[in-house]
Amino acid sequence: MFKILKYTFADLIRSRWSYVYLGFYLLLGFVLLFLNNDLSKAIITLMNVIVVLTPMIGTIFGIMYFYSAREFTELLLAQPIKRSHIFLGQYLGIALSLAFSLVIGLGIPFLVYGVAQSAEIWDFGLLLVVGAFLTFIFVALSVNISLRNENKVKGFGYAILVWLFLAVIYDGLFLVSLVMFDDYPLDKFTLVASMFNPIDLSRILILLKLDISALLGYTGALFQSFFGSGLGMIVSLSTLLLWSLIPVGLLIRTARKRDF
Amino acid sequence: MIEIKNLHKRFGKLQVLDGVSFQVEPGGIIAVLGPNGSGKTTILKTILGMVHPQMGEIYFQGNAVLDKWEYRNDIGYLPQIARFPDNLTVQELINMIKNIRDVEADETELVNRFDLKLSLNKKLGNLSGGTRQKVNIVLTFMFDCPLLILDEPTAGLDPVALIQLKELIQEEKQKGKTLLITTHIMSLVEDLSDQIIFLLEGKIYFQGSVEELQEQTQQTDLEHSIAKILQGDV
Amino acid sequence: MRKFFFLGLILLSRFALMGNIIEVGPGNEFTSLDQAYHAAQPFDTLLLKAGTYPVISLELKKPITILSNQGAILDGESQSYILKVLSDDVYISGLTFINAGRSYTKDFAAIYVSRANRFTIVNNRILDPFFGVLMEKSHKGVISNNTITANRIREDDSGNGIHAWHSSDLLIQNNEISGLRDGVYLEFVENSVVLGNNSHNNIRYGLHFMFSNHDHYLNNTFRENGAGVAVMFSKFIEMKGNHFVQNWGTASYGLLLKEIYDAEVENNIFEENTVGIFLEGSTRINYTGNEFVQNGWAIKVSGGCYTNIFSRNNFISNSFDVSYNSKMNDNLFEGNYWSSYSGYDLDKDKVGDVPYRPVKLFSYVVNKTPETIILLRSFFVDLINFSERVSPVFTPDNLVDNAPAMKRFSND
Repeated sequence: MFKILKYTFADLIRSRWSYVYLGFYLLLGFVLLFLNNDLSKAIITLMNVIVVLTPMIGTIFGIMYFYSAREFTELLLAQPIKRSHIFLGQYLGIALSLAFSLVIGLGIPFLVYGVAQSAEIWDFGLLLVVGAFLTFIFVALSVNISLRNENKVKGFGYAILVWLFLAVIYDGLFLVSLVMFDDYPLDKFTLVASMFNPIDLSRILILLKLDISALLGYTGALFQSFFGSGLGMIVSLSTLLLWSLIPVGLLIRTARKRDF
Repeated sequence: MIEIKNLHKRFGKLQVLDGVSFQVEPGGIIAVLGPNGSGKTTILKTILGMVHPQMGEIYFQGNAVLDKWEYRNDIGYLPQIARFPDNLTVQELINMIKNIRDVEADETELVNRFDLKLSLNKKLGNLSGGTRQKVNIVLTFMFDCPLLILDEPTAGLDPVALIQLKELIQEEKQKGKTLLITTHIMSLVEDLSDQIIFLLEGKIYFQGSVEELQEQTQQTDLEHSIAKILQGDV
Repeated sequence: MRKFFFLGLILLSRFALMGNIIEVGPGNEFTSLDQAYHAAQPFDTLLLKAGTYPVISLELKKPITILSNQGAILDGESQSYILKVLSDDVYISGLTFINAGRSYTKDFAAIYVSRANRFTIVNNRILDPFFGVLMEKSHKGVISNNTITANRIREDDSGNGIHAWHSSDLLIQNNEISGLRDGVYLEFVENSVVLGNNSHNNIRYGLHFMFSNHDHYLNNTFRENGAGVAVMFSKFIEMKGNHFVQNWGTASYGLLLKEIYDAEVENNIFEENTVGIFLEGSTRINYTGNEFVQNGWAIKVSGGCYTNIFSRNNFISNSFDVSYNSKMNDNLFEGNYWSSYSGYDLDKDKVGDVPYRPVKLFSYVVNKTPETIILLRSFFVDLINFSERVSPVFTPDNLVDNAPAMKRFSND
C-alpha cells in the first residue's frame, strides 16, 4: 500500500494542477493577510473558502484521477498485490497530495505573517485540520462514485451533484425545513441533521471557535450543553472521523467486488 | 499449467463466458482468438483475478486462484492499452513495478533492445503511444515469470519494434515459458502459436494447432479458416 | 516605624484629628467592639487589634472611625446585620466581615447605611454576605477598594454586592465584586460615579441601574456575569471606557439599555458577549468610539429606539453586526469601521465608496427561528444575505452606513 501511495503521491505532486492549487492558496493567503492586515478577518474569509473549495477540489481531483488512471490501475491489478492496497494507496496518494497543497499553500503566508505568535494559531490550525478532513472525505466519496460508474461523464456529473448537494442544497433544505416547522422543538433535529453533512460539521467546528458567543444565545438545553462544553467539539470531530472512515470502507468493498 | 473449468461470466444482461473449460500445458505459445466481444480479454482478466466469474474454477500450477493474489508473482501481464501516470519518468515507473513485485529484475537489456535509453528520464505523459507500448513491453518481460499473458501486444508498434517483439516472444518460448496471446494479426498467430483457442459466443469453439484448424475448415490459411467459421459454414 | 506610618494614616483622616484613639482587643481596656463603641465620644477612633470580634447588628449612631491595620475580623455569627451606620461621618476601614446574616424576609447586610452622610467605607473585605454594603437615603459616601466575594448559585438566596437606594453623590471606586446577585445595584441614585470596579461572575448583573439619573460609570470591567450590565429607566448617564467581556448566555448582554434617554456610550470595549448592546426603547444616545469584538450580536435593536447615533465604532468579527426586529429605522449608523465590509475606496479618502448594510437577512431569520443559527456562515446563508443586500425586502432599507471607514479606528 505504501509503495502505491508513494508513487501516486509523487506523480500527483508534480502535476500542473497541484501547482495551480498550491499557488492559489499561496496567493489567497498573502492577499488576505497583507492587503487586509487583519488576522481574524483573514481567518473568517478563509473559512468560507475552505468549506466550499476543498470539497469541490477533492471531488474533481478524485474523480479525474481515477478515470484517467484506469488503464494503469489494470496494470497494477495484474501485479502480485492485494486489491485493497492498490485502491487505498491511490486514494491516500490523492488525498495527501491535496492536503499537502492546502497546508503548505496556506501555512507559508500565515507563518510569514506570524500566526505562530498570535492568539489565532488555534483557529488557524483548526481550519487546516478541517480542510484536510474535507479533502479526505470528498476524495473518498468521488472515488466511490468513479468505481461505481463506468461512464466518465455520468460519474463526473454525479460527483459534482454530490458536492453541490452537500455544499449548498442541503443547507437550503435544512433552513427551509427549520423555518417551516418552527412551532416544534427543533434542537435535536438540528443537531442530528448537521451530523449528516460533513461540510456542515466542519463549519460547526469552526463556529465553535469563532462564533461561540452567538451560539450560546440560543435557549435550548441541548444546544447549551452541546456548544457550551467540550461536547460539541468532541462529537463533531468524531463524526467527522466517521465520515472519513465510512467512505473508505465502502471504497474497499466496492473495489473488491468490481470487475476491471 | 492453467486449468479452467466451466467458467461463466455475465456483465449485466450480456453473457460473455458461457461455460468455458480448457487446459494449457506448460511451455509454448497459445493464441486466444475470436471475434470482438467473444470474451478473449475477459478470460485473460479472469485468470489474472481482475474479473470475478459468477461460476467456475481456475487452477494455476495446480492451485485454485480465485480471490488470491500471491500467484500473480508468477504471471507477467501486458495490458491492451498502455497508459501510465503522466508525471512519473520511465525509469521511476520501472522502479515502481520492480518495487511492487519485490523481485530482482534487470531491464537494461530490454531497454537497449527497444531503444528506450534516451527516454528513461522523460515523463510518461510526454511519450508517444508507440513508445509507451515499448515501455509496457519492458515492464512485462523484465521479470522471469513462467506464464506471460499478452493482450494485443502489437498495438501501436512500428515494424522494427514488431520484429523485435516477435523475437522476444520466441526467446521466451525457448526458455520454456508459457505465453497466452490475444491478437487480431493472423500472421502473428501463424508465425508464433503452437496452439489456438478459438472463442465464439462465450464458448470454446476450437482448441488445437493451426494445422488442425485448417484441416477442420478445409482451408489453406488461417484467415480464411476463421472467416469460414464466422460465416457459420462449418 | 510601623507606628509612625499608622500615626500618619490617622493624621490624614479628618475624623481622627478631632477625637481620641481607643485601642480595642486582647490586653486592652476594651476587648469587644460593642463596649468600646459605647464608651467612645463622637469622632473618636476605635483601633482594632488582630482577632475575631463578634458583632451583631451594632448601631453606629454617632460619628466614629473604626479601623484596623491588623486585619481584625468582625463575625456576625449568621444572625443579622453586622454594622449599621445610622450617623453622619462614619469611617470604616481595614476590616474583614464574615458570617453576616441571611434571610428571605430582611435585607441583612454586612454594612448597612441608612440616612447617613459623608460616610467612608474603604479597604474592607466582605466574605459571603447576603448584601455587602447596603445604602438607603444616604449621601456623599465613598465606597472604595473593598473586596466583596461570595459563591452564590441561586438568585433568590443572594443579595447585591453594593446596593444603593434613594441616594446621591456616591463614589464607588476600585472595588472587586464577585459571586453575588448584582455586583452593583443603584436605584434612584443621582450624581454618582462608579469608577474602575471589577465586577465579575455575578449571578445576574455586573451593574444594575434603575431610575437613576446624571450618573457616570467609567473604566469598569464586567466579566462573565449572568446577564451583563443593565441600565434601565434612567437619563443622562455617561458610560465610558468600560470593558464588557464574555457575558454569555441566552438572555445575556454586555449592556442592556432599556428606556434610557440622552446618554453617552463612549470608548467601551465589548468583547465576546452573546449580545454586545441590547437596545429597547432607548432614545438620543450617542455611541462613539466603542470596540465590538467577536460578539454574537454586536448591537441588537428592539422596538422604539429613536435618534441613536453610531459613529467611529469598530465592529470586528461579530457573528452579526446589527440586528433589528422590525423594518423601521430611525437611527443613524455613519462612519464606522465594519470588518465584514468588502467595498473599495477608489478615491482614497479612507471612506468606502459603496455603502455598508450592517443588517443581514439571516439575522432576521435567526430572530424568527433561533435554531437556524447552526447554519451561520454557510454558503447558502451567504447567498441569501447577498440577495437581500442587493434588494432589501425584510430588513430596513434605509439602514446603511454611507461612509464606512476603510481602516480600523484606534480608540486607545
